[in-house]
Amino acid sequence: MHNENQSLIFELSKEGRVGYSLPELDVPEFDLTDLLPEGFVREEAAELPEVAELDIMRHYTALSRRNHGVDSGFYPLGSCTMKYNPKINENVARLSGFANIHPLQDEATVQGAMELLYELQTSLVEITGMDEVTLQPAAGAHGEWTALMMIRAFHEANGEGHRNKVIVPDSAHGTNPASATVAGFETITVKSNEDGLVDLDDLRRVVGEDTAALMLTNPNTLGLFEENILEMAEIIHGVGGKVYYDGANLNAVMSKARPGDMGFDCVHLNLHKTFTGPHGGGGPGSGPVGVKADLIPFLPKPVLVKTDDGSFHFDYNRPQSIGRVKPYYGNFGINVRAYTYIRTMGPDGLKAVTEYAVLNANYMMRRLEPYFDLPYNRYCKHEFVLSGRRQKKLGVRTLDIAKRLLDFGYHPPTIYFPLNVEEGMMIEPTETESKETLDAFIDAMIQIANETEENPSIVQEAPHTTVISRLDETRAARTPVLRYTKVEG
Amino acid sequence: MVHRYLPMTEQDKKDMLATIGVESVDELFSDIPESVRFKGLYDIKAAKSESALLKELKQLAAKNEDTDSNVSFLGAGIYNHYKPVIVDHVISRSEFYTAYTPYQPEISQGELQAIFEFQTMIAELTGMDLANSSMYDGGTSLAEAGMLAAGHTRRKKLLVSESIHPEYRDVVATYAYGQSIEVVTVPTNNGVTDIDKLKELIDDNTAGVMVQYPNFFGQIEDLQAIGDIAHEAKGLFIVSANPLALGILTPPGKLGADITVGDAQVFGIPESFGGPYCGYFATTSKLMRKVPGRLVGETVDQDGRRGYVLTLQAREQHIRREKATSNICSNQALLALAASVAMTALGKKGVQEMAKQNIVKTRYAKNAFEAAGFTVSFQGAHFNEIVVKTTKPVSEINKQLIQDGIIGGFDLGTVYPELENHVLIAVTELRTREEIDVLVEKMGAYNA
Repeated sequence: MHNENQSLIFELSKEGRVGYSLPELDVPEFDLTDLLPEGFVREEAAELPEVAELDIMRHYTALSRRNHGVDSGFYPLGSCTMKYNPKINENVARLSGFANIHPLQDEATVQGAMELLYELQTSLVEITGMDEVTLQPAAGAHGEWTALMMIRAFHEANGEGHRNKVIVPDSAHGTNPASATVAGFETITVKSNEDGLVDLDDLRRVVGEDTAALMLTNPNTLGLFEENILEMAEIIHGVGGKVYYDGANLNAVMSKARPGDMGFDCVHLNLHKTFTGPHGGGGPGSGPVGVKADLIPFLPKPVLVKTDDGSFHFDYNRPQSIGRVKPYYGNFGINVRAYTYIRTMGPDGLKAVTEYAVLNANYMMRRLEPYFDLPYNRYCKHEFVLSGRRQKKLGVRTLDIAKRLLDFGYHPPTIYFPLNVEEGMMIEPTETESKETLDAFIDAMIQIANETEENPSIVQEAPHTTVISRLDETRAARTPVLRYTKVEG
Repeated sequence: MVHRYLPMTEQDKKDMLATIGVESVDELFSDIPESVRFKGLYDIKAAKSESALLKELKQLAAKNEDTDSNVSFLGAGIYNHYKPVIVDHVISRSEFYTAYTPYQPEISQGELQAIFEFQTMIAELTGMDLANSSMYDGGTSLAEAGMLAAGHTRRKKLLVSESIHPEYRDVVATYAYGQSIEVVTVPTNNGVTDIDKLKELIDDNTAGVMVQYPNFFGQIEDLQAIGDIAHEAKGLFIVSANPLALGILTPPGKLGADITVGDAQVFGIPESFGGPYCGYFATTSKLMRKVPGRLVGETVDQDGRRGYVLTLQAREQHIRREKATSNICSNQALLALAASVAMTALGKKGVQEMAKQNIVKTRYAKNAFEAAGFTVSFQGAHFNEIVVKTTKPVSEINKQLIQDGIIGGFDLGTVYPELENHVLIAVTELRTREEIDVLVEKMGAYNA
């Protein structure tokens, strides 16, 4: 265990060192005061570090060693689909013909890139069962908001601008209600029933002529398939609303059920989850949106189309479009990775992905069931949620269990979510893990369950092996220090 | 099926099904109503082997004209800059790129500290009190700044300078529509925001005034004057700034900005056909609790060691849900890391030197164009872009330039009708004197 603080890059700085190699200036030198009016030139330099190249590499290598990724070990973070990030994707995204092209180049000079995007769009239309897909949104939440803006524009175009309510289940991810707010809607929460599914009676109660849409994650955040989906779609469509599919959990249903066939009008996907764009430490993502025909006129501008002569073109002539949601055309680099993945797997591969994701989750659920409470006991899809309430009675909280897992080299599950499970632990193994990995994790969980009964302090005081122990989050929030400030002297 | 990403064997599968107590995997999907069950396989292209797919995609990439094998004078918000080679080595470390949001700080100190360093560097460059951990890009970051201003001032109008990137303005308009905020465009005069018109348009319902620094035409706005007008009306002053230019220019924080946003693409991030880039969001301590997105803060562990955590999370969507003022969750963390490495490599001296080279080389180009008989439209102080008037359509000239291996400038007439036959030429530190001379000579020939 390290006892001293890890240096900040600023603390390694020494005046006179450089880590760069700029081109020689081969044009006549000017005095900046001749080129810029008085007051335009900065008086104090920005205090960026002054370090040599090896200092930089060692610094970031040291930081990387203080970070756990999928390549470091098992990462069953529920709802995040932490599957293997294929290396070929990284190579393809770095090909100069993809990485070094400017978004505003003449379309004739970027037809290869546009073809790739068009092929990806077409594949996602098939995978979702929708009629058209836009690749512009930068992440899942951005896709949610994009789709809701389209629903809003649709209702307004039909003279139904009064529809200002979006219905969201209580188990939904926080981005759903937040996206509704940003799109100018009011959120109505619908309850879950004792089976962990949306309560149909409550849904019937909250819908009305002011319903704009229902946002539904399916399988939901408990990992359960909303088996009443057709009735739900009927209820919403019956009052003139739209049904929105949050595709965060698409890994559970690929080749088994398509949002477009289940009555959904639009869907967003997280290409950084199901389609292996790496998570990058919290981004970048890519959140394409698929829509049924009646929403197509409202797609964000521009829309990528294939022309009669077989070339690709960005169409800006979309009078009913909601407008731009992002400069340029989305997180292209992530879209390249997703396309590479789809082409690596093919139709058989994507089906197998879902089958193994679901098999793995059900296997883990059954093996862990004797040791932890399982509030919703039925087949799960790609993930399942355990409750730590049995352990809580013994003084060990779910947070403690999560911290104890760190000692075994695992990233813990998503904890305290969804909100309708007490002391929840949401476990998503993904299809890329071996049985040996699953078994070893299960054994660790069983050991922790036993420790909770026999020696709870070892769990309560965890982690014991990490480079740092539990951090004082209250202090961080009460007296925020959000940047380094040089201490003089 | 057997696939290199799917490690389960047939025996594993059998054993696992037995543990679950089912006969087949299909049973696990029996909760999907029969009528909506998808049977069969997707109608998509068949899988390819690693080498065959790589070959195919290399051929597809080769269909594009890239800025590596051509000489690019195209900017307009995204630039062809020096990218220190180590940037890619750092972000290729899979401990970074295969991790997710650092929810478990004990095993995410690397990411958290890297973001803390990013926040510090952005705060330094912009002269603001603090910065967040990143936004999707400069355009959405500007839109979020507008939403913050409207929420903070409880006013419903944004004044947006016409000299802001047109695509950024479009994004602001889309977000504003969602929040029922009115967007009013402030016209330009001589390539910069028209101060007199701004004074006429501003009123007591103005939530914020937005300008770009340097603006879309490469001209440097008088921030002090514009900020004073915004503050007099008790609106927020929002600046979209190129962080590289801030190596030389007086930072917005010293000129009254309440929020400074922009894109750190200029620091080590490839053009990548539109993304991923790295939006940043910097502001004052006063607005700290209204910042969208993630913030990393310093604290200590139980043994007193310094450490970093995600903090002030009560602002965010996963806590506030429908009461949140932004819905951002995933951001651009890996690109923030890339930008941090580039900012570190450039350092205090390099960022100044690189910014200065951009100004000086652009001035050389301006003089060369004028000497060749071209009119350069705006004569105010510039950073790394100038507007050159042509007689022939820009698209025609650019079609000829690409034959010479030159990617021409941005055709301003496509977004500013009054600037038909005007081209926005970007000259970064990577352009050599010879390349600039060739551009001026060729454009002269094609324009004749």
